[in-house]
Amino acid sequence: MSTPFYVSPQQAMADRAEYARKGIARGRSLVVLQFADGIVFVGENPSRALHKFSEIYDRIGFAAAGKYNEYENLRIGGVRYADLRGYTYDRDDVTARGLANVYAQTLGTIFSSAAEKPYEVELVVAEVGETPEGDQIYRLPHDGSIVDEHGSVAVGGNAEQISSYLDQRHQEGMTLAEALKLAVQALSRDTNGSEREIPAERLEVAVLDRTRPQKRKFKRISGGQLSRLLEAGAAGGDAEGASEDAE
Amino acid sequence: MEANTRSTGRLPAAFLTPGSSSFMDFLSEHQPEILPGNRQLPPTQGVIEAPHGTTIVAVTFPGGVVLAGDRRATMGNVIAQRDIEKVFPADEYSAVGIAGTAGLAVEMVKLFQLELEHFEKVEGAQLSLEGKANRLSTMIRSNLGMAMQGLAVVPLFAGYDVDRGRGRIFSYDVTGGRSEEQNYAATGSGSIFARGAMKKLFREDLSEAEATTLVVQALYDAADDDSATGGPDVARRIYPIITVITDDGFRRLTETEASEIARSILERRLEQPDGPRAALL
Repeated sequence: MSTPFYVSPQQAMADRAEYARKGIARGRSLVVLQFADGIVFVGENPSRALHKFSEIYDRIGFAAAGKYNEYENLRIGGVRYADLRGYTYDRDDVTARGLANVYAQTLGTIFSSAAEKPYEVELVVAEVGETPEGDQIYRLPHDGSIVDEHGSVAVGGNAEQISSYLDQRHQEGMTLAEALKLAVQALSRDTNGSEREIPAERLEVAVLDRTRPQKRKFKRISGGQLSRLLEAGAAGGDAEGASEDAE
Repeated sequence: MEANTRSTGRLPAAFLTPGSSSFMDFLSEHQPEILPGNRQLPPTQGVIEAPHGTTIVAVTFPGGVVLAGDRRATMGNVIAQRDIEKVFPADEYSAVGIAGTAGLAVEMVKLFQLELEHFEKVEGAQLSLEGKANRLSTMIRSNLGMAMQGLAVVPLFAGYDVDRGRGRIFSYDVTGGRSEEQNYAATGSGSIFARGAMKKLFREDLSEAEATTLVVQALYDAADDDSATGGPDVARRIYPIITVITDDGFRRLTETEASEIARSILERRLEQPDGPRAALL
């Protein structure tokens, strides 16, 4: 009878992290960035029905890269958490920080429990504030850590490269069309540095728009509105008019 | 009662278990004690005294529906509140007005709004108008125990049916029985008088502006004959709540718009106290 091999805790954790990272890298990256009126989510997604971005609560949006069934499960858990909390206390008591903490605890427990396989997901939880200073963006990697981000963030396989591209070019107070253009440029760059074209129908775009009169600020952008914004971003000139269209 | 933190701060298993898209179903499995219908009432003598909301009216017009309510809540023969709100948006394309025990009704509306929103977020699609109306039915039925003790909630549900392209009205009884109403409907203690007024004033080709005027006329007549219904209170600037639901979604008339309608009706009633007259034949 053979004795089990000894695996050091460091090695076990490194293996699990490697496993999760590889799973996440198989999916496409997505980006979340601040613009003048809120926060925009942009990703390449050929599916019209299986979303990477969604509404969690009034001012809170969710984005995920990695394995669909796992992040969908976390998304619904988040919606249940937010709705229950809002019902028990008040709608204002549901915050992105609270939600990010719960996700972090959940991902962390799963990651370090030997009985479960680690989740192959990376999440972004974003909350739009009354002003750009009040915006909050949290990135949650597979191991349950939380990173408080500002300006722009990318998650997924190619995230590091896209992040550095965005960091150099993202500015405060961009219009929606400008931010969208920058996001698409960042996503179009391959690992080897060459560019490819992402057609509008393969893009999934959503915004948390603080200027919306409704209490619920999350809104998907698609179809004619998306192509108008992309054109305005490409032209560079009429970006202001396009962001009005978005309202 | 803590929503999230059961020992580890991790989402409890119930949150991550695949299941129904209904928030009420989730609550009844995870925390049944906070669902309003699950409350155990102590045996009581007689009727419990609690503020009551009174009259809600609705009328359809080509392209949409108008739902409006007066502002009075009564407790016995006392006016409990002069500016209560009894008409609420349920979601983008529907609204609910409530008559009956105010405390329970407001809680029911809050849960109903959440139920629709939760479904929409989980499924990524809205419920059909019929589906929404049925959901409200279930909620009223779960309140039957309290209704038997005198704490009834009787809502009026109105919405724009996106699939059929028109406004629709649903009325309910205390047992959750649901029926679709043609053209106009009313609920609450002043409803018999409001219904009479609407019967005489309704026409198939009303404009949105005429429909909003019609509902205020009906509320005025209800307040005229029912002591529990409040008329427009010009001195305190309290006017009926009027909401319009069309293809563009839900809209509540501003205080200025509501006061203009109420004041023009009041002015005419100074000359004709019984309001507009219908032809005899």
